[in-house]
Amino acid sequence: MKGFIIKEFLQIFRDYRSMVILFGIPVAQIMLFGFALNMDLNNAHIAIADKSHDVYSTELINKIEASDYFIIDRFINSEKEIAPAFRNGSVKEVIVIPPDFSKNLLAGESTVIQVIADASDPNTANILNNYTTAVISDFQKELIKKHGNIPLIEPKIRFRYNETLKSVYMFVPGVFTVILMLVSAMMTSISIAREKELGTMEILLVSPIKPVQIIIGKVLPYVILSFINASVILLLSYFIFGMPFNGSVPLLLGEALLFIIMSLSLGIFISTVSDSQQTAMMLSMFAMLLPTILLSGFVFPIKNMPWILQQISHVMPSKWFIIIVKGIILKGAGIADLWKETVIILGMTLVFIGLSVKKFNIRLSEN
Amino acid sequence: MMIPIIFVMPIVQLLILSYTATFEIKNVSIAFVDNDHSNLSRELISKFNGSKFFTVKEISPALKLLDEPMRNRRVEIILKIPSGFENKITKGQNADVQIITDAVNGSAANLMTYYASMILLDFNKSIITQTTGMNMTKAGITVEPRFWFNPELDYKTYMVPGILVLLITLIGAFLSGMNVVREKEIGTIEQLNVTPIKKHQFIIGKLFPFWIIAMVDLSFGLLLAKIIFSIPIVGSVWLILGVAAVYLLLVLGIGLFISTITETQQQAMFIAWFFFVIFIMLSGLFTPVEAMPRWAQMLNILNPIAYFIDFMRLVMLKGATVTDVLPQIFKISVYAVAMLGFSILRYKKRA
Repeated sequence: MKGFIIKEFLQIFRDYRSMVILFGIPVAQIMLFGFALNMDLNNAHIAIADKSHDVYSTELINKIEASDYFIIDRFINSEKEIAPAFRNGSVKEVIVIPPDFSKNLLAGESTVIQVIADASDPNTANILNNYTTAVISDFQKELIKKHGNIPLIEPKIRFRYNETLKSVYMFVPGVFTVILMLVSAMMTSISIAREKELGTMEILLVSPIKPVQIIIGKVLPYVILSFINASVILLLSYFIFGMPFNGSVPLLLGEALLFIIMSLSLGIFISTVSDSQQTAMMLSMFAMLLPTILLSGFVFPIKNMPWILQQISHVMPSKWFIIIVKGIILKGAGIADLWKETVIILGMTLVFIGLSVKKFNIRLSEN
Repeated sequence: MMIPIIFVMPIVQLLILSYTATFEIKNVSIAFVDNDHSNLSRELISKFNGSKFFTVKEISPALKLLDEPMRNRRVEIILKIPSGFENKITKGQNADVQIITDAVNGSAANLMTYYASMILLDFNKSIITQTTGMNMTKAGITVEPRFWFNPELDYKTYMVPGILVLLITLIGAFLSGMNVVREKEIGTIEQLNVTPIKKHQFIIGKLFPFWIIAMVDLSFGLLLAKIIFSIPIVGSVWLILGVAAVYLLLVLGIGLFISTITETQQQAMFIAWFFFVIFIMLSGLFTPVEAMPRWAQMLNILNPIAYFIDFMRLVMLKGATVTDVLPQIFKISVYAVAMLGFSILRYKKRA
């Protein structure tokens, strides 16, 4: 047994190319995504059609120009110029200020500003529209203030757990989860499927080593590798991305270890249902990559999805782990807050192990 | 085992995952700390209760008591109304209201806060009308949004073409990436090497089935997009299929290249996963490309997925014609020829 584990270790660690890949990939990805991914739009290119050219319209344009959100790419004279600008993507939004803007405002009449957005990317369109509305409401408030004695309600806004709304706080936990889950599941499923494909599994099975011991020997090196990976990613997110780490680090490491074991059990389960490395890889990568990213709350909030998708998301282990990681790192949550999520991941681990053992025994009795 | 993975899995994923994308916010759980206990503060709370964006979860005497609910995500936003709120407003003075948002998810936090301030502004306007007699509901600026190409802001219109591209790309790249290296690993490549089959014949024979599989998946996906998601395919379907045929050569070329530089299927798979996760995340499907730093946008020059998603959107949603997308077609073609040529050269028959 001990000899078998040592052999598995040596086999993995001697393959320097795989080692470079195993450690290099997660580090490269976390660095890349940490710096590159960003939800907030700054300096979006817009066009303005000013049909008034008066005091207030100029004032409003100055205000728009002064905000960080927009760069005024050009001024246009007619709506006809909008379509070509959208089609080649040089402008994302057009603000149309109506004629007699100042006159109407001074007379206490209503006036309508049209905000036309290129919604072929609805997310960007929505964000830009909100920014624009916010800038215009600010402008309006300033106008009201000029009237003097008017009661204003001033919202004082505080963003808790992420004061400056850094996107990296959202992406690092997500990338961390995706890497741990897929790399672990992939590594085990492939390495066991490989023995099957090359026919060496049969040799192992007739040896005096018990099946359980074979599995432990196969998996243990990957537990250690993945744990090192997890620690490296956490160090990077602390030192390079300045993640706050408000909660307990040992708890975080413990949860990471549990999640790694869950992913490895999933990998074992995949290997028991696949007969070649290619099948194992298609199941652990192709079938899992996009659902792990999209149904886990990594990119899109689960709360806003249709009911049926919310139910499906409950069986995604990554969903629960992302809650745990964000809870511990950003909110300083403890086990009292996160016991439910922890129990769910533990339960999933047991289910995968149980299913694999059952499948494995059936296979043995068939032979 | 492989047949359902190749044909059924992409369809199931397309059907499910296309519904995931939405940044719309509804039913945000809000809590109030009302230190004023006045008619005005109650009126403000009921204004939030009446909005479709917010659900009032609790009204608490102290901010401290809401720490735990916010940590456990039962409350997402807190509004604190200070004592003396009504008093100040009726005297015509300004009053502060504190908004505290759970900002773990930055973009959602931004949106929730924005909706809350809009409701406050509305409330403010009606107060001004009551106290000063100025007709604020009529006077003032109304913002009228118009969303071109997608007036209802339907995220599916945006996601379906994108997810379809991701799925056929992953199928093509993973299958081709693992295939040649498999012959190496099992040793059958030696047998192929001693047959009179030529290098390019061998590669065509290897790649052709994958090309067919991905094309079938794509056609089926487009059909579903039209029938189930009723996404308007404004441009020409033949243009899409034609450019897709070239694009898939590029994807298969990348897979083949990975196959030639690796020794085992495990290595091939890791490298494929490394590059394709990067391509996916930088493609602009989940986060806007414009929001990325300059260097990341430069990396997208090498990103086949970014090119093809861009092309698909232009043709499917905006109805671009061949002349409109000539630059994209040119880039995809040059990239495909270069990648495939390079991989074939790299692949030595006596490997």
